[in-house]
Amino acid sequence: MSDLRELYQDLIKDHSKKPRNFRVLEGDARRVEGYNPLCGDRFTIYLDMDGGVVKDVAFQGTGCAISTASASMMTQCLKGKTRAEAEQLFQKFHHLLTGETSEAEEMELGKLAVFSGVRKFPVRVKCATLAWHTLRAALEGAEKTISTE
Amino acid sequence: MKTAMDVLSPEPRLARPAPFDVQRIREDFPILRQKVHGKPLVYLDNANTTQKPQAVLDALSHYYTTDNSNIHRSTHLLSERATEGYETARVKVQHFLNAASSAEIIFTRNATEGINLVASSYGRRHVQKGDEIVISAMEHHANIVPWQILCEEKGALLRVIPISDAGELFLEKYEQLLSPRTKFVSIVQMSNSLGTINPVRDMIAKAHARGIPVLVDGAQAAYHTRVDVQQMDCDFYVFSGHKLYGPTGIGVLYGKKQHLDAMPPYQGGGDMIRSVTFEKTTYNSLPHKFEAGTPHIAGAIGLGAAIDYLQGLGMERVAAHEQELLAYATAALAEIPGLRLIGTAEAKASILSFVLEGMHPHDIGTVLDQEGIAIRTGQHCTQPVMDRYGVPATARASLALYNTKEEIDALVKGIHIVQEVLG
Repeated sequence: MSDLRELYQDLIKDHSKKPRNFRVLEGDARRVEGYNPLCGDRFTIYLDMDGGVVKDVAFQGTGCAISTASASMMTQCLKGKTRAEAEQLFQKFHHLLTGETSEAEEMELGKLAVFSGVRKFPVRVKCATLAWHTLRAALEGAEKTISTE
Repeated sequence: MKTAMDVLSPEPRLARPAPFDVQRIREDFPILRQKVHGKPLVYLDNANTTQKPQAVLDALSHYYTTDNSNIHRSTHLLSERATEGYETARVKVQHFLNAASSAEIIFTRNATEGINLVASSYGRRHVQKGDEIVISAMEHHANIVPWQILCEEKGALLRVIPISDAGELFLEKYEQLLSPRTKFVSIVQMSNSLGTINPVRDMIAKAHARGIPVLVDGAQAAYHTRVDVQQMDCDFYVFSGHKLYGPTGIGVLYGKKQHLDAMPPYQGGGDMIRSVTFEKTTYNSLPHKFEAGTPHIAGAIGLGAAIDYLQGLGMERVAAHEQELLAYATAALAEIPGLRLIGTAEAKASILSFVLEGMHPHDIGTVLDQEGIAIRTGQHCTQPVMDRYGVPATARASLALYNTKEEIDALVKGIHIVQEVLG
């Protein structure tokens, strides 16, 4: 598979065109905006916590295929996770993107392993992590705009 | 076949200028010979920065190899040669812009610094609370933010000339914006994200009729069209060396002498003073008053070499080649389904900003890069322009004198691959 096909796999294209959990969470949900001023990607992550556990997570905004698919797939794998578990998942995901991942870690990532093609495109790592950085701010309880630049 | 020239010319035919042999010219640019991801480099990111001809690389190398020393200071031979190289470059810039005097040419780091200098020095002195500064909706951030900073400091107002769907200024709106409160106009000659060439000469005349000075941001225009600051009658003109096939870190501010003379210094330091005591400092004459500290000597000399190179080719011939290429590219891109050009002004140059339906510019850029094609994607430091057209970003191919029709064909082929990979 060429580097490009590995980057733009069908699952990623599918999520970028039909993002899941693409909605606003009303009520007490935390709301944090993530912005990349260089490419204009802008997402709002909504996070509803129940005690220390993620009850619901959703997002809205615009971005490239990589950042949109990453945000979409992130929202699918966080429900029911504690803050520490979510943080661990981010670390594993980040290792995957920078090529420091072990096979065992890659297995644990499940569907998120589809982003392994990003490692051949270092400038796109920030696209794949924009939603995740925003989520971390939301987990910390902040209500602010975070930037990847 | 006889041409009109043959028939009408009573005298023996004069040597005509050689045809614009782009393949020959490409040989002057060593960087273009390389492959990227195994494909020949197709460099279409010229509005961002242009590549450098061998003559510029040689001038830099020669300076550092044989003449390097500080200017305007020492009595030794190297310093004399460095000073002469630096000041000769200033005269080359003067002729390139057709300025009345070399004292009106200030070396800066880039166009951005030139605008900041004027906003800070001229602006602070002349703009007061309630005054207005007029810019346009197609300005680069470099021609927005310095004026916003000034307005915030002084309690002045920034007024913005709106643009049409095609990317042209509404000139009647411009005239309506000019009022007794207007203290300054700062406009771009050629838009970096739309390619629009603005009728700056007319706009300047309208401002001058009301006694308002005008700065023209020539960062994009200066390497595509012949610039004549006296004919244009602008009060200030700025451009960057690195877009003009010269080195990074060197730029130019032209200012009319009467303005520059009356303006306070921008930065203090060595070279910009005549005498310094702890009680009182007197400033140096123009242009040195605005060049504090050791400047980018090599950069100025490199810029001089770039100007020589461009003038050797002839700005009119360069412009004609680029216009032909732009027309070819515009027609080729128009045939691609789902592609929308942003910026379709009647008077435009070199810039092809576009969006593809359902595809983000950033993804377009990644796929094209794998094909060896370098373009820029994003907001191009013109976020208000993106907002105006309701797009988060665009993909932008921008042309220079060394680009070819074959490279446009490669771009079109690349866009088809983008649609296949991302579709």
